[in-house]
Amino acid sequence: MIENNLPIFQVIIPLIGAVLCAIIKERKIAWFIAAISSWAVLGVVVILVLRVSAFGSLFYQFGGWEPPIGIQYQIDSLSAFILLLVSAIAVVMITYARESVGAEIDPDKQHLFYTIWLLCFAGLIGMVSTNDIFNIYVFLEISSLATYTLIAMGKTRRALFSAFEYLVLGTIGATFFLIGIGLLYMMTGTLNITDIAERLGNAGDMRPVEAAFAFITLGLALKIALFPLHTWLTNAYAYAPSFASAFLASTAAKVAIYIMIRVLYTVFGYEFSFNVMPLGIILLLLSIAGMIIASLIAIWQKDVKRLLAFSSVAQIGYIMLAIGLATQEGLTAGILHMANHALAKGALFMSVGAVVFYTGSSRLEDFRGAAKQMPFTMAVFVVGGLSLIGLPFTAGFVSKWMLLSAILQKGWWIVAVIVLITSILALIYIWKVVEAAYFKPRPAGAVKLEEAPAGMLVPMWLLVLANIYFGINTNATLGLASDAASMLFGGK
Amino acid sequence: MELLYDIFSTDMLPDAAYITIFTMFVPLAGAFMASVIKSRDGRDIAVILTAIVLFVNVLNLLSIASKGGLPSLVLGEPIPGIKIMFFVDPYGAIFALVASFLWIITSIYSVGYLHSNHEPHQNRFHAFFALAIFAAMGISFAGNMFTLFLFYEFMTLCTFPLVTHHGSKEARIAGRTYLVILLSTSILFLLTAILWTWSIAGTTDFEVGGILAGKIGPVATGILLMLYVYGVGKAALMPMHRWLPAAMVAPTPVSALLHAVAVVKAGVFTILKVVVYIFGAKNLSEMISENWWAGGWLVYIAGATIIISSIIALRQDNLKKRLAYSTISQLSYVVMATAILAPKAIMAAAFHIVAHAFGKITLFFAAGSIYTAAHKKNISELNGIGRRMPYTMAAFTIGALSVIGIPPAAGFLTKYYMMLGAFEYGNFFAIIVIIISTVLNAAYFLPIIYAAFFKKEKGSPKHGEAPIAIIIALTITAGMTIGLFMFPDLFLWLGLQPVLAE
Repeated sequence: MIENNLPIFQVIIPLIGAVLCAIIKERKIAWFIAAISSWAVLGVVVILVLRVSAFGSLFYQFGGWEPPIGIQYQIDSLSAFILLLVSAIAVVMITYARESVGAEIDPDKQHLFYTIWLLCFAGLIGMVSTNDIFNIYVFLEISSLATYTLIAMGKTRRALFSAFEYLVLGTIGATFFLIGIGLLYMMTGTLNITDIAERLGNAGDMRPVEAAFAFITLGLALKIALFPLHTWLTNAYAYAPSFASAFLASTAAKVAIYIMIRVLYTVFGYEFSFNVMPLGIILLLLSIAGMIIASLIAIWQKDVKRLLAFSSVAQIGYIMLAIGLATQEGLTAGILHMANHALAKGALFMSVGAVVFYTGSSRLEDFRGAAKQMPFTMAVFVVGGLSLIGLPFTAGFVSKWMLLSAILQKGWWIVAVIVLITSILALIYIWKVVEAAYFKPRPAGAVKLEEAPAGMLVPMWLLVLANIYFGINTNATLGLASDAASMLFGGK
Repeated sequence: MELLYDIFSTDMLPDAAYITIFTMFVPLAGAFMASVIKSRDGRDIAVILTAIVLFVNVLNLLSIASKGGLPSLVLGEPIPGIKIMFFVDPYGAIFALVASFLWIITSIYSVGYLHSNHEPHQNRFHAFFALAIFAAMGISFAGNMFTLFLFYEFMTLCTFPLVTHHGSKEARIAGRTYLVILLSTSILFLLTAILWTWSIAGTTDFEVGGILAGKIGPVATGILLMLYVYGVGKAALMPMHRWLPAAMVAPTPVSALLHAVAVVKAGVFTILKVVVYIFGAKNLSEMISENWWAGGWLVYIAGATIIISSIIALRQDNLKKRLAYSTISQLSYVVMATAILAPKAIMAAAFHIVAHAFGKITLFFAAGSIYTAAHKKNISELNGIGRRMPYTMAAFTIGALSVIGIPPAAGFLTKYYMMLGAFEYGNFFAIIVIIISTVLNAAYFLPIIYAAFFKKEKGSPKHGEAPIAIIIALTITAGMTIGLFMFPDLFLWLGLQPVLAE
C-alpha cells in the first residue's frame, strides 16, 4: 500500500507539517515539526532515488484517475536528482534554522515562519514531482507566495519592498507561464506532460506553439532570475532572513531551472527548442552577459548578502550557458553545477548568516576581524568560496571542468576564456570578504562576535565536507547528473 | 640500479603502489599533529620526526621504484576519463627527495628561528608548512597533468597563510599579489592548456616521448606551450614574477624552503615535465627546426628573465629581496636549460633543481640567521658582520659560489652541462646569457661577502652567532652544496633517464 503510494509522500508530508505548525503556535514544537518533516521527506526521496536507479521511472496516478483526466506524478532520474538535492539541502538548512530563525524572527511569528517555509518546501518538491504542467503552475504559485512571505519577514523595512518587487515580477513570470500553458492546452487538449510532448510531435512548428514556447521560457527565465531579469533576486536575497536567503539561493532557482529543462527537453523536445526556435543563442548571450556583468557588480558590493546574490546571478549564468550548449555533455555539466552551486552557495549564505546572528546585518564592515573571533565559521566561507571559484578538491572544480570541456567540444574558445575570466572575478569578490575577515582588525566598538553556536556550525560544516567530498568522489553527483542528461537525450 | 622506467609497467604487485599514498600522507599527519599538540617542544619534535619519516619513506619508495616494483596508482576518477593518478618518475624522484630532505633541515632551522624571533601562531605555521610539503609530494608523484594541477592549486592556497603570516598591512598587500598572480595565471592559462591537451590527446598522462607528438601542428604547439609556461606562474617567468619578491614578507624559513625550493621548483618542475612528457623533447625540437614559433622563443624569454632579474637584484638593498630576484633568474636557468632541448641541457635542468635548492636555501638560512642575531635586513648594514658570525657568512659564501657557478659548489655543474648542451645544439644565445649572467651573479654576491669579511663594522654591536639550531641547519646545507659537487651522479643519472628513454 505505502509502497505504491510512495511518490506522493514527499509532497504530502510538508503540507501536513505546515498545517500542524500553524495550529500548534509553539515555536520550539513548530521547528521540531519542520525538522521531522524534512527528514521524513529526505527519507522518502532516498527510497525513490534508489528505486528509480534500480527500476527506472516511477509513476503515480492521483486518486487512481488515469491521465489525461487525473494528475500524474512521475519520478525519473532527473527529478529524482533534483528531489534529492532539494530535500538534502532542506534537512541541512532546517537544522541551521533553529538558531538562525530564533535570532532573526519575532518569537511569536516563528511558528508561522515555519508554516510558510514548509509550504515553500512542499511547493518546490511538488513542482519537481508532478508530470502535469498545470500542476506545476499550482505548485509554482504555492512556493512563490510562500517565498514572498519569507522574504517579507526580513528584519528591515527594505525586506517588505523587495518582497513586493519580487511579488510583481514573480506574478508576471507566473502569468506568462500560465498563458503558455493555456496555449499548449488549446493546441493539444491535454495538460499531462508526456501527452503534450507526444501530440506536439505532430503539431510541428505552428504559430501558437511557438508563442507558447516564448511565453513559457520567458516566464521561467523570470523565475530563474536569468540576466537581465534578475533584479528581484538581488534585493530579495539581500534583505530576506539569512535562513531564507540560504535556502532559496540553493534550491528555488534550481527548481525553476529544472522546470526549464523539462519544458525544453521533454515538452517541446530538443529539436524544437534549439533548432526550430533560436533559444540556444539567446541563452548563450544572456548567460554570458549575466556571468560577466553580475560578477563585476558583485565586486563593488558593500553588503555581503547582496554580493552573494549577484554571484548567484552569475552562477545561474553558468548553468544556463551549459544548458544552452544543447549537447548532452553541456546538459550534464548544467545539472551537475546545479547541485554543486547549491552546496557552495548554501555554505556561503549560512556562514554569512552566522555573522548576522550576532551583528544583525551583513555589511562588509561587520566582517572585519571576524576570522579571529569565529575561525570555524569563516573557514566555512573560505571553503565555500573556493568551491564557488572552482578550485581543485572542491565540487565547484568538477562542474567547472565539465562545463569547460563541454564548451570546448563545441569549439567555442572565446566562451571558455570568458568562463575562466569570470572565475577570476569570483576570486576577487570572495577575496574581498576574506580579506576583511582575516586581515582587517575588528573596529573599536563593533559588536563582539563569537563562534557560531553548534546548531549552526554543524550544518555549515556538513555542507563544507560535502563540497570537498563531491570534489573528489563524484560517483553520486556526476553519475546521477549524466544519467539524467542521457535520459533527456533519449537514452535510458 | 635498474632503469627507473620499469615502473611504468603496471602489471606489478598492486600493493606496492600504496606505499606512494602512504608516503604522500605522512606530511598530512604532520600537519594534524602540528595543529593539535599544544606543548611547544612536543610539537617541534613531532614535526622534525615527521620530516624524517617522510624522507625515509621517499628513499624507500625510490629503491622500490628503481627495482621496478612500483606501478602507477589510480586513486579515483572524478571525471570520466580523467584519473587522479600517481607514479614515481625520475624527475618526481628528484623533486621529492630534495623537498623531503630539506624539510628536515628547515624544521630544525624553524625551531631556532621561530623561538628566537618570538613569532606568533607557531602551530598554524607548522601545520600549513606541512600541508605545503604534502602538496609538493602530490606534485612530484602526479601521474598526469590533471593530478598535478590539483596539487599545484592546493599548494598556492596552503602557502598563502604562510606568506601573510604576520597579518600586517604589508603582508596583506603581498598576499594579494601572491594570490592574484598565481591563481589567475593557473586558472586562465594552465587550466586552459590542460583542457586543450586533453581534447587533443584524449589523455593528460605523462608519457615518455610526449602525448602530443604528431597530433598538433607547430603554431598550435607554440600557443599551447606559451599557455603552459605562463600558466605555471610558480616558475616566475617574467612578467609573471612579481609574486616572488612579494612573498618575501613571510618568515625566513618559508622563504627558504618554499620560495627557494618547494613552490618555485614545483613551477619549473612542471615546465620540465610538460616539455618532456607532454610535448616530448625530441618532438618539440624537431617542430622548432621546422617553425621557430613552436617554441624557439622560450630560450629568449628565459634568457631575458635571467638577465633582467639579475640586474634588478643588483639594485636591491634588502637582502631577502636580492635573493628573491636571484631566485627568479635561477629558475629561468632551469627553464632555459629545458628549452635548449638537448639531452645534456635537460639533464642540467633537472640537476639545477637540486643544485639551486641547496645553494639558495643556504643563502636564505644565512639571511634569517643574520636577522635573528643582528636584526638586520639590509645589505648596507652588513659591514664586518663576518667576524661576528663566521659560520653564517662562511655558509653564505658557499651558497653564493654555487649560485654564481664556481667550483667546488654544485651550481658549476649545471652551467657546465648546460653549456655542453647548448654547444651541441648550436644555441649561442643561451651561451651568451650564461656568461653574462655569471658576471652579474658575481656582481651582486661578491660585494656582500667582501663587505662582511673585510669592511669595518659601524659602531660596536653586541651580538654573536645565531642560535645553534640555525647554525646546524645552514652548515648542513652548505656542506651538501659542496657534497653535491663531489657526488652528483645520482641526480645527473636520474635527470638523464627520461630523455634517454625517448
